Amino acid sequence: MTTMVAIKGLTKRFGHLLAVDNIDLEVARGEVLGFLGPNGSGKSTTMKMVTGYLTPTSGTAEILGIDVREDPIRAQRRIGYLPEGAPAYGDMTPEAYLGFIADVRRLSGKARRSAVARAVELTHLDRVLYQPVDTLSKGYKRRVGLAQALLHDPDVLILDEPTDGLDPNQKFEVRTLIREMSGEKAIVISTHILEEVEAVCSRAVIISEGRVVADGTPDDLERRSRHYNAVSLSLPPAGVDAAREGLRALAAVASVERRDTAGARAELVALPADGGDILGEVSRLVRENRWEVDQIRVERGHLDEVFRTITTGGSLPASGDGHA
Amino acid sequence: MHDIRVICRREFGGYFATPLAYVFIVIFLASIGSFTFFFGNFFLQGQANLDSFFLFHPWLYLFLVPAVAMRLWAEERKSGSIELLLTLPVTTLSAVVGKFLAAWSVAGVSLILTAPIWITVNYLGSPDNGAILAGYLGSFLMAGGYLAIGAFVSALTRNQVIAFIVAAAICFVFTASGLGVVLEFFSGWAPRALLDVVAGFSFLEHFKDIARGVIDIRDIAFFSSMIVFFLFANVVAVEYKKNG
Repeated sequence: MTTMVAIKGLTKRFGHLLAVDNIDLEVARGEVLGFLGPNGSGKSTTMKMVTGYLTPTSGTAEILGIDVREDPIRAQRRIGYLPEGAPAYGDMTPEAYLGFIADVRRLSGKARRSAVARAVELTHLDRVLYQPVDTLSKGYKRRVGLAQALLHDPDVLILDEPTDGLDPNQKFEVRTLIREMSGEKAIVISTHILEEVEAVCSRAVIISEGRVVADGTPDDLERRSRHYNAVSLSLPPAGVDAAREGLRALAAVASVERRDTAGARAELVALPADGGDILGEVSRLVRENRWEVDQIRVERGHLDEVFRTITTGGSLPASGDGHA
Repeated sequence: MHDIRVICRREFGGYFATPLAYVFIVIFLASIGSFTFFFGNFFLQGQANLDSFFLFHPWLYLFLVPAVAMRLWAEERKSGSIELLLTLPVTTLSAVVGKFLAAWSVAGVSLILTAPIWITVNYLGSPDNGAILAGYLGSFLMAGGYLAIGAFVSALTRNQVIAFIVAAAICFVFTASGLGVVLEFFSGWAPRALLDVVAGFSFLEHFKDIARGVIDIRDIAFFSSMIVFFLFANVVAVEYKKNG
């Protein structure tokens, strides 16, 4: 795997505020890295430094081996960047705007025409090509920003909240687009929509207070959830107490929680002691006691729970993946 | 050069995509016309020259040019597009120069559109057209000086109104630095040499001779170095803001 983006000891201080604290990160070709973190955790600041908009207090980033601090122009040629909020020149039409970007990117003649046409096609902008960007809906503005980032078919794509403000269909399209492009590129997207991470990212990095606090595949992170491999049972309220006692008695079960449900059924969740598989034991218990269970389900981890625990400073059971 | 041209073209288009350039040109032409013909007593003088026309240029530029310059950087900062511009593969210098040239072109277009006054004076008499050309050149250079100041101030703020007021104030100091209103402020406590330096920065003084058709290399050099200095300051300001 070729390293496309190498972030080395990147640090940014705004006065007394340490926004980004010594981040090291490498992104390889073919990877889609989801950059997660609460608002104000330093995601955007990191992206702004990697793309050369902000000067780091210390550390640097290399794009295909080119140091952004030493040779920003050459590094920026290889990057497509969608800044936070997808800013554009509002008085221009997407057609003129993409033409301007193509000129800046030094595309001309046939290459310019085909690059603009390709970007327009990928982001479905054809219907609004001749309307000033200021008059477009939020979703279209975001797509104009995406088209701008994709225009020169860059090796490295850095997208700050690419699906923010899009409707579910548009989100689906953008995610599909990102997945399709991922083979030849290194893509970094920031988001706080966790389902997006599962949908497009091959790797997730959680940052909190300017530091990397977790790094792994979305699956690795889920594994760190208390609910990973938990088994939930749906049964009538009358049988709940007996079932709870029975489940607690199992050695492999760490604890049992009752989950509030709207309907007439109650739901119990048995959490495994060490993230292990407890489905077999639980279902044997159900059969032996003839509980009236009408649904039994193994839960995946909850990414949002992991996210919340990590970013609010709580501790998680250690996982076997060796990251973090 | 390629980058400067591309940025200049976009910026110039931006002026005409909004009413700003049209408003500027119309107000400039209307004021310069009325000043020349009414306050300047163009007809009563009975002389075939454009002295009374050029006389008012510094005073008009004083508040019109900062209005053109105020948007150059402040608007980009406000809308966030500056992040896009500065992450495109162009140097800060190219962006600064490209934007400046676009605004300067708007001023140039306005000056060209004053041609009817020049035609009038040629119809009424036989003026020294070489002197008039020199006047135009001087006026254009002076507009560049004001613009460079305005562009620099615009790079320091995200608020266009502040950019306008501060730039107009600085332009006033440079315009009037040879006059009592500014010199009085220094006299009494500052040494004589400093007074001379301050007076030496007067746009009025440097423009006075050019307006009469006398091209002095020192005046040309003065305005040129004002432009270069403030564009340099502009680059420094944009780079400095990258520190957050």
